[in-house]
Amino acid sequence: MSEPAIAVSGLGYFYRPGQWVLRHLKASISPGKIFALLGPNGRGKTTLLHLLIGALKPREGSVTVNGKIAFVPQLFQVSFDYSALDMVLMGRAKKIGLFSQPSRKDEEAALAALDRFGMADLAGRPFHELSGGQRQLVIFARALVAEAEILILDEPTSALDLKNQALVLDWIGTLSRKDGLTVVLTTHHPHHALAIADEALLMMGEADYAAGPAAEVLTEKALTLLYGAPLKRIAFTHEGRRIETFVPVLPVGSNVSSARQQPDFARLWAARH
Amino acid sequence: MTFAIPSPLRANRGHGADLLPLLLFAALILLMLFSLMLGRYPVPFLDVARIVFTTFPINAKGDYTNAPWVVVEIVRMPRILLTALCGMGLALSGAAMQGVFRNPLVGPEIAGVTSGASLGGVVAIMLSWPSLGVTGLAFGSGLLALAAAFSLAKLAGRASTLGLVLSGVIVGGFCGALVGLVQTLADPMVKLPSIVYWLLGSFAGATYEKVALVAGVTLVAGTLLLGLRWRINLLSLGETDAQALGVNVELLRWGLMSLVALLVAVQVSVSGGVGWVGLIVPHLARMLVGPDHSRLLPAAAFLGGIYLLGMDDIARSLTEQEIPIGLLTSVVGTPIFALLFWKTQSKGWARE
Repeated sequence: MSEPAIAVSGLGYFYRPGQWVLRHLKASISPGKIFALLGPNGRGKTTLLHLLIGALKPREGSVTVNGKIAFVPQLFQVSFDYSALDMVLMGRAKKIGLFSQPSRKDEEAALAALDRFGMADLAGRPFHELSGGQRQLVIFARALVAEAEILILDEPTSALDLKNQALVLDWIGTLSRKDGLTVVLTTHHPHHALAIADEALLMMGEADYAAGPAAEVLTEKALTLLYGAPLKRIAFTHEGRRIETFVPVLPVGSNVSSARQQPDFARLWAARH
Repeated sequence: MTFAIPSPLRANRGHGADLLPLLLFAALILLMLFSLMLGRYPVPFLDVARIVFTTFPINAKGDYTNAPWVVVEIVRMPRILLTALCGMGLALSGAAMQGVFRNPLVGPEIAGVTSGASLGGVVAIMLSWPSLGVTGLAFGSGLLALAAAFSLAKLAGRASTLGLVLSGVIVGGFCGALVGLVQTLADPMVKLPSIVYWLLGSFAGATYEKVALVAGVTLVAGTLLLGLRWRINLLSLGETDAQALGVNVELLRWGLMSLVALLVAVQVSVSGGVGWVGLIVPHLARMLVGPDHSRLLPAAAFLGGIYLLGMDDIARSLTEQEIPIGLLTSVVGTPIFALLFWKTQSKGWARE
């Protein structure tokens, strides 16, 4: 077996001493694979990504990275009206000298990367005027011009509509399978992880992790435990393709119905007087 | 906070946009020649051009009986050079600071340098130091204010953008209070008027010594700032993203802020407080060339020179007695800013 793209061992991090966000984490991410990180809010997914890209230093344990990393943050606001091309050019930061400006060659590389995603026509358009999916692709293009080998994506499909979710997921698959990039992503959608990920890590608790091949780790039982909300894994055949996915089983219990009941205002009023 | 200026003039990456800084530079030179004509003693344009292009002012063995030569090269030239240089420095600083703080609503004043430099200047006037002493102490205390703000941010832990803003506000507020204290203690007949007048800002006391100081600082700090201008794009993406792109965020931010502080301190030291230039001019430049700092900084620099020189021309020729330029830039700057604000609001600033 080849060397892992990222190896994490005994990793621990806290923002405030004594309050570990994550601890004793051991994981190995194979090169060229898609690795999904799942966990409820506040369990340390983004912290872990920041540890992987080196924005945070481990308090305990180590992170070993073999390859050039590009980070794709959650859909973000840019304070200035940069064009899509300006944004992609920034991926060349390491190639452009400290006191230099992007050269024609840099611009050509950026345009080629945009073209790869079918967005060369939009090069001059302000980044913030693009759709959420297009913005995500611009940032992918930025990772390509940085000649990254490992893509770290923070919730690449959050805040996107269904069509853009499909577009972005499809491109993530292509970047891994065709370009051989290693992809690490966090997601709140277990069905996205099941659809595209090769490996998955469930962040169950402070020092409680489940990792392995996505199809094996992503079980009804584990996910129901992870989120505290019931999920059903279902399989069906669509246009000759076998598809497995997750559907949340929405509760129809007492909470929902009681919330809809009109309070007895007359009685409440009487009780106060 | 987002603040985008939708502009019909936003240039595409083309030759037109690359030419614009050159055009602005030419406009600045023309305005300088025009400004040399202005004043109580009229000198026709052709005479101005002949004097400027045939004699060298600094160590020229000029004919001091030749009135037009004295007016152009000795009286007006230092002031015009000083104003243009300060305008360029302030606009460059403002454009850089807005990028560093990812906020187009900040000006170069934010680092506390302006107040620090003001304090030094006021103290020097209080001590009856000569003009160059006022300049020197103002410059030194401006840098000291920056160092104080930096150490404060460092003490507070991670030198985040917010930390720097807060330390700047603290140092600025402290220096501002001390300036007030000095003013209360100043002799109201002799010292106070000159302190107030100096604080309001004026280029009236321009000399070639001051020009040399500002030119030296602007040449070094401005050139470095221009060299780093594309990197400001990277910083403006935010800490994590910039870091992931391979930028040494802290070092770059401190470097840029130090350069800005040099430019601002030298401006305050020669001309007192001149507000709003560093805030307004980058916005105007952004409307012309777009937000990319590669193109924004050169355009802002030349536009800053034009703007401040235009203001100074008005300041010294509108009324019989000269208007302090700091007052004028504020009186003109605030409505322009309000207009920009209103325009960006009505044209869909809201970007969820």
